[in-house]
Amino acid sequence: MELILSQIFNGVSLGSILLLAALGLAFSFGLMKVINMAHGEFIMVGAYVTYFFQQFIAPALGGENAAKGGLFFILSIPAAFIITGALGYLLEVLIIRRLYGRPLDTLLATWGVGLMLQQLARSYDSRNVPVTSPDWLNGGLMISDALSLPYKRIFIIALVVFCIIGIYYYLYRSPQGRRTRAVMQNREIASVLGVATRRVDVLTFALGAGLAGVAGSALTLLGQIGPQVGTGYIVDAFMVVVLGGVGSLPGTIIAAFTIGIFNTFLEMSTTATLGKVLVFALIIAFLQWRPNGLVAVRSRT
Amino acid sequence: MKLSRVAIGKQFRILFLTLFALVIGGMTLVKAQEAETIKVGILHSLSGTMSISEVTVVNSTLMAIEEINAAGGVMGRMIEPIVEDGASDWPTFAEKAQKLLLEDQVAVVFGCWTSASRKAVKPVFEENNGLLFYPVQYEGLEQSPNIFYTGATTNQQIVPAVEYLLEEGLSKMFLLGSDYVFPRTSNTIIKAQLAASGGETVGEEYVPLGGTEFSTIIEKIRAAEPQVIFNTLNGDSNVAFFKQYKDAGFTAETLPTMSVSIAEEEVKAIGVDFLLDHLVAWNYYQTVESDVNTTFVEAFKAKYGEDSVTSDPMEAGYFGVYLWKAAVEAAGSTEVEAVRAAAGGITFEAPEGTVTIDGDNQHTYKIVRIGQVREDGLIDTIWSTEGPVKPDPYLCTYEWAAELPKPEEGCPEPAA
Repeated sequence: MELILSQIFNGVSLGSILLLAALGLAFSFGLMKVINMAHGEFIMVGAYVTYFFQQFIAPALGGENAAKGGLFFILSIPAAFIITGALGYLLEVLIIRRLYGRPLDTLLATWGVGLMLQQLARSYDSRNVPVTSPDWLNGGLMISDALSLPYKRIFIIALVVFCIIGIYYYLYRSPQGRRTRAVMQNREIASVLGVATRRVDVLTFALGAGLAGVAGSALTLLGQIGPQVGTGYIVDAFMVVVLGGVGSLPGTIIAAFTIGIFNTFLEMSTTATLGKVLVFALIIAFLQWRPNGLVAVRSRT
Repeated sequence: MKLSRVAIGKQFRILFLTLFALVIGGMTLVKAQEAETIKVGILHSLSGTMSISEVTVVNSTLMAIEEINAAGGVMGRMIEPIVEDGASDWPTFAEKAQKLLLEDQVAVVFGCWTSASRKAVKPVFEENNGLLFYPVQYEGLEQSPNIFYTGATTNQQIVPAVEYLLEEGLSKMFLLGSDYVFPRTSNTIIKAQLAASGGETVGEEYVPLGGTEFSTIIEKIRAAEPQVIFNTLNGDSNVAFFKQYKDAGFTAETLPTMSVSIAEEEVKAIGVDFLLDHLVAWNYYQTVESDVNTTFVEAFKAKYGEDSVTSDPMEAGYFGVYLWKAAVEAAGSTEVEAVRAAAGGITFEAPEGTVTIDGDNQHTYKIVRIGQVREDGLIDTIWSTEGPVKPDPYLCTYEWAAELPKPEEGCPEPAA
């Protein structure tokens, strides 16, 4: 029983990590149909922002042991959001804007940008760099001898919930969000009604990039970070968005947790490698049956 | 008459001067050839998931080269290192090995960490008749005329580590490793050994190299109730595993781990909080007490900073250069055949103790040490063999290993 409970927790935790990595993509790919291959590198940039905060801001905040206090870590999350968001803004204005309606060119161009960002990180330090987790995130909540919930994972789940609530308010409760939805549903009509569609595009893309940065920050809790940290997540992130149904945020959320739970339970009964293979096989089979994903966006053609 | 004699004299003088110039020129030419450097390659991952470990081996290898050059070089010739980045990617390793051998025409390459990278470059070295000094412990069951192994083979690390655990009464083992050739082969050996000596394998799990998701595996460990985890994870996965292990409530007291790829450098990177009191098995620790080691550690710290630590693979990378130098000087040549023929029995006073090349299998005799991570991040020796152990890459002297692959030419006859 405890094993099942803790596996459900692990599944939710894995799902939350996948969702965090995929949320940004749900904007750029899901809403805007831009295949952004540099998404993984935005995640990496976010992770490095946290690392730089640890190296340079933490000592300024309070000497030697400031890194363990964790204030730098909390501060680095919004900073990562803003910095990668700005980077996304730049990428949209300089490159993607010129390539709308040419998905293959966008794919190649963003992939190139991703490689450049990777190389930039590699030139800074080709080795992977560690981030010290705040002391209060070490250890776990011991519910019983066999059931302990690590604080880091609880924190990531909470962060995802926070992000989802933020996105919900932005999309469904703010004027800017209303305009975003209008443009995504029908660009021409929105434009005729006086919505500045270009502005909406760039803001939506920047928001997606910023969310990738938040994911990067959170991932520093789990392992080391390096120039290639993002490439490990990009495939999973696309998988989540496609399975959820392109253009559907609720679909993305359901898909992430479904994959997370399936993955942990399949891994439990097989091995880590085989578990992942089975998850991919199931996703492919499911998409054969329902090509539009879990939550298909209704559209008239 | 007088005039002509002068003319002849002049002609002679010109001839003489020309000859003189030729001789001098020839001599300087010979001299230039003598002073020409010996190019050697260094091939490690300077980037990617393995760089955490491999960069330090590059540093110690370069230090040995510098020391040798300062002391007059090899047979009077300076060593010129050419460093290449294998980028934690096995095809890249093969490509760079080819470049070092064919383009740079290096006399020897010091390099590789993971067995996957060694397996990738092995055919390159064999086809082009190159020479590789490999500084890392590995899974054994290999022997190439073109490779010298200065790290431990299984009977100098893994097999004694399992014996040690069994003696301590920790017989239920959970095998955890990265998903590639070294952990899988090691675990095949460990399983055979456990089955023959009354131990029990209660679980066996692999994660992809560089994987960071351990929550399910930790649940499996909890469910399997082992007495010890035998850890063959490599690279960054160790960081993620030990963090998540501790967060899940495990410590060295409740469930110790025995690691064979975590040395001082990795302890520093993972964080000593996560590794305190856990066990490791190697042939060398920074804390080994000997004059040679004190000098080695001091020289390394002077060169790479007070915070730097020395570890087993670094030490093996370091003395590998000296063993190669001694073999070249014994052979009087850098030719691969000559070096190979002269290498058997070559010894060196290394920081870990006396190391000797075994002429038959091109591995080295080494002392085995079991260590425990202490609070300052260094490792204490808690058990060791009395002297250097003869390398036995195919475990020919172990009865339980009869089922494992054996060399094509068969096992060597046991010495009388």
